[in-house]
Amino acid sequence: MQHIRAHVLVCGGTGCKSAGSGNVIESFKTEIDKKGLSEEVMVVETGCHGFCEHGPLVIIYPEGTFYCQVTPEDVAEIVESHLYKGRIVERLLYHEPLSLEAIPSYKDIAFYKKQERRVLANCGRINPEAIEEYIALGGYEGLAKALTTMTTEEVIEEVKKSGLRGRGGAGFPTGLKWSFAKASVNTKKYIICNADEGDPGAFMDRSVLEGDPHKVLEGMAIAAYAIGSDEGYIYVRAEYPLAIKRLRVAIAQAEKMGFLGNNIFGTKFNFTLHIKEGAGAFVCGEETALMASIEGRRGMPRTRPPFPAVAGLWGKPTNINNVETFANVPLILQKGADWYCTCGTEKSKGTKVFALTGKINNTGLAEVPMGITMREIIYDIGGGITNGKKFKAVQIGGPSGGCLPESMLDLPVDYDSLISAGAMMGSGGLVVMDEDTCMVDVARFFLNFTQSESCGKCTPCREGTKRMLEILTRITEGCGRDGDIELLEDMAGKIKDSALCGLGQTAPNPVLSTLKYFRHEYEAHIYEKRCPAHACGKLAGYTITDACRGCGICAKACPVQAIAGKPKSKYVIDQVVCIKCGACMTACPFKAIAKG
Amino acid sequence: MKSLEDLKALREKLQSDIRVRENDGTKIIIGMGTCGIAAGAREIMAAVLDELAVRKLKNVQVQQTGCIGMCEKEVLVDVVRPGEPRITYGNVKPVDVKRIIADHVINGRIIEDLVVGKMDDEKI
Repeated sequence: MQHIRAHVLVCGGTGCKSAGSGNVIESFKTEIDKKGLSEEVMVVETGCHGFCEHGPLVIIYPEGTFYCQVTPEDVAEIVESHLYKGRIVERLLYHEPLSLEAIPSYKDIAFYKKQERRVLANCGRINPEAIEEYIALGGYEGLAKALTTMTTEEVIEEVKKSGLRGRGGAGFPTGLKWSFAKASVNTKKYIICNADEGDPGAFMDRSVLEGDPHKVLEGMAIAAYAIGSDEGYIYVRAEYPLAIKRLRVAIAQAEKMGFLGNNIFGTKFNFTLHIKEGAGAFVCGEETALMASIEGRRGMPRTRPPFPAVAGLWGKPTNINNVETFANVPLILQKGADWYCTCGTEKSKGTKVFALTGKINNTGLAEVPMGITMREIIYDIGGGITNGKKFKAVQIGGPSGGCLPESMLDLPVDYDSLISAGAMMGSGGLVVMDEDTCMVDVARFFLNFTQSESCGKCTPCREGTKRMLEILTRITEGCGRDGDIELLEDMAGKIKDSALCGLGQTAPNPVLSTLKYFRHEYEAHIYEKRCPAHACGKLAGYTITDACRGCGICAKACPVQAIAGKPKSKYVIDQVVCIKCGACMTACPFKAIAKG
Repeated sequence: MKSLEDLKALREKLQSDIRVRENDGTKIIIGMGTCGIAAGAREIMAAVLDELAVRKLKNVQVQQTGCIGMCEKEVLVDVVRPGEPRITYGNVKPVDVKRIIADHVINGRIIEDLVVGKMDDEKI
């Protein structure tokens, strides 16, 4: 066999794939073949590197050179120059936005420097469809250690000691959850992985499943051993076809190698895994609705108790955790709870993966230690706001979370501090908003989302969110009434108290948090009939500034004769007659007409 | 697969296949400027890769570099062992490759008759 001297890692995550990485891989194979290098260079398709903004990404080892936005046309040059002659193709390197300096090695890029990649350590580093590469980096050693050297109590104790909390949203201590399921006496128990990732802007679970599926399988197997289960389900949405494909490959490989199946590692522990494809209803991320969906019933939540740990799937004790939670488990077992605790804050240990989206320069996935400030995530890792605009707010935790203003940017990010600030960790979606975003409109957007995803089973959620949405819509359209804010607050409180499941109970959060920090914007909409961010179309008004020379062109352009004035003096727009068409602004030769 | 030891043994075996992605270990750097290629750098590369394959030295990295100005002495081959100075061999022929790998890469003995330059870490 030949000595493979270089590995070309091409990102095959959904982000890079949609940017065309499939063709890039093909081009690499043809060009490498053409140059006669196919015996010495290997092309590997990996999972997501997280820096999706700059995809398709290519990393070439042994140098670790990081190329961004590679197109099939660039490939011939990379092969000729880098792989054949050893010269880095400078123009395709990542350039730091401020210094414009080219950064050859990806470890030196600011986006990666402040990250602590544990869960994502293998994403972008291994071929997710090759179990061998996962094993080469220590894969399944956590499971082996648990099965062959530890009792089930010891496993749970270790997870408790690590302080791991559920990464799906609420942050319930994982070890404690497992101990409940273990305490339920039954011959049949289930493990479920909740991969029904539905928050707008969140895609970390998808990336873990696509980039390192074995880590999730291993975590599930460890959990199954701990609670005494022999069967598990991964509930993943059908909109994630690549994740499903790679999970199927991973399960087949793990079965072949004996990491799944009967008598794993020669012990009495058996574990089989199934994939259940969900139809993408947001409410199915709620555990009782999810289990109903697996059972073939309509995805609707039910009252708890009984909790799933007592009576879950098909009435049997069931333990449900999120993808990222399971992906943390192998690390805890392999490296120990003490190692795990070296990172994080007192009550929130380890790392959290955030999906950065919105008006931010470096869209992508970032894994950071708990306790890092929001400012570091947005400015140091995220590279700040696009187009040099001013930061206004960050929406954290999806539709159940809240919006935090600039004054909260130095808040250390952990479960408890976010709750006290009126937001929540949620699954970790971060939507960054700039000065052009209207906060009332944002609240309306998220409420529109939860309202349309409401399953309709309980009245507070079904009717309450609809009425709240109507009020918000009329406020953004300039028809807000005195008392609307108070009504919204009253309804929000009642829905929180009385809705059946987490979806309804948290649906008012975006409204409450924007009211808490941006109440003045609501007031401006209702009492002054204006939108401070100039984002609400129906409230946008036009005014003539002092730059007016009195030429009268605007008055001629106005289709409804709303503009009047004397030549050579400032003209005035009659706001009642004005239909906000903007014709005057386009016509003015002196840029003397302002929107707002 | 019966025990943690079995798994660790398998890991050892598989680890070497992705060792290239670690960026550590001894480096062999071949001059691949136009001058180098004209003097036969590709043949040297092939000889190096063959020898590494025969000896199963998966932790040795092979990199290339451009012309460093000593075109007269191409093909130039550098060997950098971790923590040791970078040694440059000149006028390397395919027959020399076996010696360079056996003596220097594996055993750390510099082949003085082929050396054209030494560089300390700081100067690289």
